[in-house]
Amino acid sequence: MASVTMNVNGKPVTGEIEGRTLLVEFLRNGLSLTGTHVGCDTSQCGACLVHVDGEAVKACTMFAAEAEGAEVTTIEGVSNPDGSLNTIQQAFQDYHGLQCGFCTPGMVMSAAALLKDNPSPSEQEIREYLQGNICRCTGYHNIVKAIMAASGQDVSRIAAE
Amino acid sequence: MPKDTGIGASPKRREDVRFLTGDGNYTDDINVHGQAYVHFLRSDVAHGRITSIDTAEAGAMPGVVRVFTGKDFEGVGSIPCGWQVTGRDGKPMQEPAHPVLAQGKVRHVGDPIAAVVADTPAQARDAAEAIMVDIEDLPAVVDMKAAVADGATKVHDDLENNLCYDWGFVEDNRDAVDKAIKDAAHVTTLELVNNRLVANPMEPRVAVGVWEKGTDNYTLYTTSQNPHVIRLLMGAFVLGIPEHKLRVVAPDVGGGFGTKIFHYAEEAFCTFAAKACRRPVKWTASRSEAFMSDAHGRDHVTKIELALDADHNFTAVRTETYANMGAYLSTFAPSVPTWLHGTLMAGNYRTPLIYVNVKAVFTNTVPVDAYRGAGRPEATFQLERVIDKAARELGVDPIELRRKNFITEFPYATPVAVEYDTGDYPATMDKLSEIADLSGFDARRKESEAKGKWRGLGVNCYIEACGIAPSNLVGQLGARAGLYESATVRVNATGGITVMTGSHSHGQGHETSFPQVIAEMIGIDESMVEIVHGDTANTPMGMGTYGSRSIAVGGSAMVRAAEKVVNKAKKIAAHLLEASDSDIELKEGKFSVAGTDKSVAWGDVTLAAYVPHNYPLEDIEPGLEETAFYDPANFTYPSGAYACEVEVDPETGQVTIERFAAADDFGNVINPMIVSGQVHGGIAQGVGQALLENCSYDSEGQLLSASYMDYAMPRAADLPMFTVDHSCQTPCTHNPLGVKGCGEAGAIGSPPSVVNAVIDALHSGGCKIDHIDMPLTPSRVWAAMTGAAAAGHGTAEGRSVGGEV
Repeated sequence: MASVTMNVNGKPVTGEIEGRTLLVEFLRNGLSLTGTHVGCDTSQCGACLVHVDGEAVKACTMFAAEAEGAEVTTIEGVSNPDGSLNTIQQAFQDYHGLQCGFCTPGMVMSAAALLKDNPSPSEQEIREYLQGNICRCTGYHNIVKAIMAASGQDVSRIAAE
Repeated sequence: MPKDTGIGASPKRREDVRFLTGDGNYTDDINVHGQAYVHFLRSDVAHGRITSIDTAEAGAMPGVVRVFTGKDFEGVGSIPCGWQVTGRDGKPMQEPAHPVLAQGKVRHVGDPIAAVVADTPAQARDAAEAIMVDIEDLPAVVDMKAAVADGATKVHDDLENNLCYDWGFVEDNRDAVDKAIKDAAHVTTLELVNNRLVANPMEPRVAVGVWEKGTDNYTLYTTSQNPHVIRLLMGAFVLGIPEHKLRVVAPDVGGGFGTKIFHYAEEAFCTFAAKACRRPVKWTASRSEAFMSDAHGRDHVTKIELALDADHNFTAVRTETYANMGAYLSTFAPSVPTWLHGTLMAGNYRTPLIYVNVKAVFTNTVPVDAYRGAGRPEATFQLERVIDKAARELGVDPIELRRKNFITEFPYATPVAVEYDTGDYPATMDKLSEIADLSGFDARRKESEAKGKWRGLGVNCYIEACGIAPSNLVGQLGARAGLYESATVRVNATGGITVMTGSHSHGQGHETSFPQVIAEMIGIDESMVEIVHGDTANTPMGMGTYGSRSIAVGGSAMVRAAEKVVNKAKKIAAHLLEASDSDIELKEGKFSVAGTDKSVAWGDVTLAAYVPHNYPLEDIEPGLEETAFYDPANFTYPSGAYACEVEVDPETGQVTIERFAAADDFGNVINPMIVSGQVHGGIAQGVGQALLENCSYDSEGQLLSASYMDYAMPRAADLPMFTVDHSCQTPCTHNPLGVKGCGEAGAIGSPPSVVNAVIDALHSGGCKIDHIDMPLTPSRVWAAMTGAAAAGHGTAEGRSVGGEV
């Protein structure tokens, strides 16, 4: 066992890990941050997506030890300071961009990473960016719409329901 | 103006907040103090005899609590099947044993052989690798037609052969159907495969078993669509635990799509092992395990014949289907190709004579059971494909051919034993024509051609039977359970309401939509209603969520219980108002005496019920809580018309979905936003089946598509925005809300329109191809275009599981 220290959602944390402990295992089991989910074992589904030093990272694809000293942000750390939903989270609720909710944390984190780089993405750019996030419930229609709305675009012309 | 509250409004979903902030409580988020972890050693061969298992080394490894093998489960029951089908010969189906851990033989890749319980998941996994298993390989049974040939290797040595049942429906129609087909002016024949799929909810299955020494009570936390069903099946049939000593909890569940209906070996294992190890035992499936242990879906091979008279009226339909059961009978598997498929073969059409034959076959593959639509997509696909082919052969418009044969009078008794209560198929087709802008197709085709692409239009209709199901009817059909639903409406002293429902929400939004109904009935704010579900300890016995039944059956139970509450509350109000209870009206949260200005608020009445100082104690009991069990009088029959436009790249065979429109009739709609979302998701799964997804086995029974590297899940870039409409509403006549259910329609209605569209595109490019089997991957389309289609494609060779992923 070794020790690892990182900042998670702005708070310093230290934990005991094995060399093979994945970042997602450390977050879920070590820190009880269970909002980050595991939906596959081949780094395809994106349910475990978090931000590490500002970059989108699939937490199943990184060892916890590799995050030594890093700034890690998970879904638990993205709401507004008063606890209300942030713009992206609120758009997902407003446009019914989630159903079972399992892929949702990864989707929200992925959307945040996209909008940081591309503040006003087209529908096609959003669809292509979400290549690494699988949703089985929504057919993506309302996820794409929510992300467009979160970026301030007018989505009233997209089929409402 | 759209409503902003109650029935027909689209309030934002209240459950979203916890899902969007990481505060959901899924089964894998549950950790019980002192828990150990199990790892299953699974067969990597399709069929073999276990000659020895040596667990000595594994048992001595660090952290290992105990290693289990089939021997430990010899005194434990078989995983039960919940439905018995009777064959044409009058005999019940062949029903093999289904052990928790393999006994003597392994029968599919993924069959669990042994299980290691250890302090950590990694220790359990490491130790499982140290188990020494010797397996004598046996020939794998994969091809369904070969499986039922004389002399075939048997999947189960103690059964007569690999034929589970040979079912004929309606047997009495058979001779008349044969004659009608012989005498027909035209007969169109199509052989096709309905490809094997894996449901793939994004949350893999998880189970946590807990046993309390002090009480001998068990708790199972599990990813289930129906915790009461698991409690009954596992308690009564597998482990012998009485229901009052067993609690099953299905908390937030990350999608189900059918595959989380069934009782699985891992649930029984964790519950059993918790007592055996004196520690809670947790199992979390990896995605690869999900691929080889979650029940699969579809996998039918069908020949369908459609007979028409000289005026193009349908005169008869005859089908022969081979349906894959896999290695064991999953919970509802026998019902899927029979009662959920044969009864739908009339579709939306006045076909007077129908005969359906289904041969269900055991193979060395993962068990197959209900997946979103379950039998109804298979029925719809073959019918809507053969109609399209007939239209092409006869040189008539495929939409007009459908319209000509539509059922237009209701109720309508089909020749396959069901009675449609309502529908308006011309109206949904008209609506589709409008929202899909069918009249603009020719111009869009020209634009595509200018870009060097072939454009195709595919249209189809569908009907489904959901709101499952009248218990007395399904009892006659072989169900070993009733299919009612339950609800308890508990009114609190201060007027808030808790509804405890047997329906389970795993994405459907019941926590939002069910309160809309109560709020409408009583005239209180939706925020005063809370929905409790998913825990056998605090909900009445319920059958759970599948078959698009939650609002139609569960919602109806809630309405019945709420009606009882209102009736009692009126009596209390009458007492408080010194009036006759027959004069009391409830409106906008207020009880008033008809024709007067005397009234009393909802909250005053509820308070009186629990603080009965001024109360008719001699006539009624204090309290305000009622339970109802609702058993539907009939299935519900949602219907609709779907249109897909594709472009095919003639250079590569690549298909892209350019437009997709769905006009559905769900009867009354409680929450249009949620309903649209259900249709979107269903369409995505149907498009996935048509273009991308294929669960693939090789001829040795090796599962080739056991990860997202090999099983093509639909991604955002594979799909367009959808145009959906549910304004055509013919309310259901036999439930109190007039609702029909919407969960499966998208997955049922979409595959034929996609394939019809691709065939249309290919014809426009001069490729006169009748059929390509799903999924229509570039390689399959290209092979068909160039005449290089592999032998067997479209010829129903006996398996849908070709070695192509």
